[in-house]
Amino acid sequence: MLELKGISYEVTEDSAQKEIIRDVTLTIPDDRFIVITGPNGGGKSTLAKLIAGIEKPTSGQILLDGEDITEKSITERARMGISFAFQQPVRFKGIQVLDLIRIAAGKKVSVADACQYLSEVGLCARDYINREVNASLSGGELKRIEIATVLARGTKMSVFDEPEAGIDLWSFQNLIEVFERMQKNIQNGSIVVISHQERILNIADEIVVLANGSIKEYGSRDEVLPGLLGTSSAVNSCQKLSK
Amino acid sequence: MIELDEIQKRMLMEVADLHKVPEGAFNIRANGKSAMRNTTANIDIISKPEGAGIDIKIKPGTKNESVHIPVVLSQSGLKEVVYNDFFVGEDCDVVIVAGCGIDNCGSQDSEHDGIHRFYIGKNSRVKYVEKHYGSGDGTGKRILNPGTEVYMEENSTMEMEMVQIKGVDSTDRYTKAELAAGANLIVRERLMTHGSQTAISSYRVELNGEGATADVVSRSVARDDSYQKFDARITGNAPCSGHTECDSIIMDQAKILAVPSLEANNIDAALIHEAAIGKIAGDQLIKLMTLGLTESEAEEQIINGFLK
Repeated sequence: MLELKGISYEVTEDSAQKEIIRDVTLTIPDDRFIVITGPNGGGKSTLAKLIAGIEKPTSGQILLDGEDITEKSITERARMGISFAFQQPVRFKGIQVLDLIRIAAGKKVSVADACQYLSEVGLCARDYINREVNASLSGGELKRIEIATVLARGTKMSVFDEPEAGIDLWSFQNLIEVFERMQKNIQNGSIVVISHQERILNIADEIVVLANGSIKEYGSRDEVLPGLLGTSSAVNSCQKLSK
Repeated sequence: MIELDEIQKRMLMEVADLHKVPEGAFNIRANGKSAMRNTTANIDIISKPEGAGIDIKIKPGTKNESVHIPVVLSQSGLKEVVYNDFFVGEDCDVVIVAGCGIDNCGSQDSEHDGIHRFYIGKNSRVKYVEKHYGSGDGTGKRILNPGTEVYMEENSTMEMEMVQIKGVDSTDRYTKAELAAGANLIVRERLMTHGSQTAISSYRVELNGEGATADVVSRSVARDDSYQKFDARITGNAPCSGHTECDSIIMDQAKILAVPSLEANNIDAALIHEAAIGKIAGDQLIKLMTLGLTESEAEEQIINGFLK
């Protein structure tokens, strides 16, 4: 269970204080698939980074299974069981896909097991396992590898920041299937996905709407989703393409 | 025949991946003297007068054979200049592994300057691997100043892998290559310097024949207070293509100077150079930390990958 208690996050912009996250209190119980949506610039990605420890809150407390992790580093949180998939995956010269999966798994996984994670995200493992995680990979390929590293970690808490961004329509269906499988296999953990894609919202157990840094709504999909349809917080793929 | 001691054996592992006596032709030089040698029906190794080096003669048509010529120095204060000449006949396909390890526990500088000259016959293919390694905690410096000259005949291929990762205090190396028509040179250099080490690496590649190609790529990491200079020039004297790239990670208080240069003396010479120096990107560290590595573990992984 992850608890955010009165989390605020400010930055200094043009010598003025700007509040990105305002007093957010949120409890994410175990065995849930939660989607955080809301308009662009509403603070969704920042909230995800605060959970992973990439940013530190200006005030408030973060608890994982009752333990205060507010002051814990990225590494400590990762080791305690928090995974984070970047919106824009990072490239590395020389590091191969297999290396990255092994680092993620925290052990020397066999090539066959590593391939399993790649197949899971719809990549033909044989073609990718020895590729470098560098600029020769497309944005969509990197996104899928990013998701495969989170699968390889197998932690109780996984946070995905806009996993569908940069993924083509065909792969999108595959991505939904990946999340559906993850959702089925959740054990004493939860999945948090930042997205405003209707198809991802459709498989959520619960939906959080974040706007202007505050929680506007939080409830079950059936309660929240109908009110979002047709707004920028729940776009379908065709709307996205026509933008 | 001289028996190798444990330090020398360890260094042989570092520079030539040799755990035991290699197969095929080899010459092991230890503390200024030839310690072991083996020749084969196709590969002959002949000492030059007064221990100034060896001639390696590879018969035309020799395929799938290898030559190992590692050098180890474990005696403090030894300074030597050695000339090794490789005569590779036509239509060969061979692997040559050189390498030098210096272990200096004393207070005097140890220095090995190996000059390697390659004469590669038509249509031959050579893979050359050279590793440098230094160890020992003496105050004496470990100095390696290798020179490599490559003369390539028509349609020959030379693939060079030069690695210097650890423990060499000072290096000033030059590599010179002349390519005839259709010849192809590939260089992959990996370099890491730390402490107050200095490393200078210069390349002069001349593409003299139609269709000659060269690809010279250096990746380096400079840590602590070390200094690196990479100076590569490709000259195109015929319709040819050449590419040189130098990509460096800078850390701590290190300094790096990259001087790639091109000279075209023919309208159909297509030459490209690229150079980049930068520190490890913050988001690379963060990504690996979200996978559970500490910052310094993440740094090591990034460097290992970069220098792989």
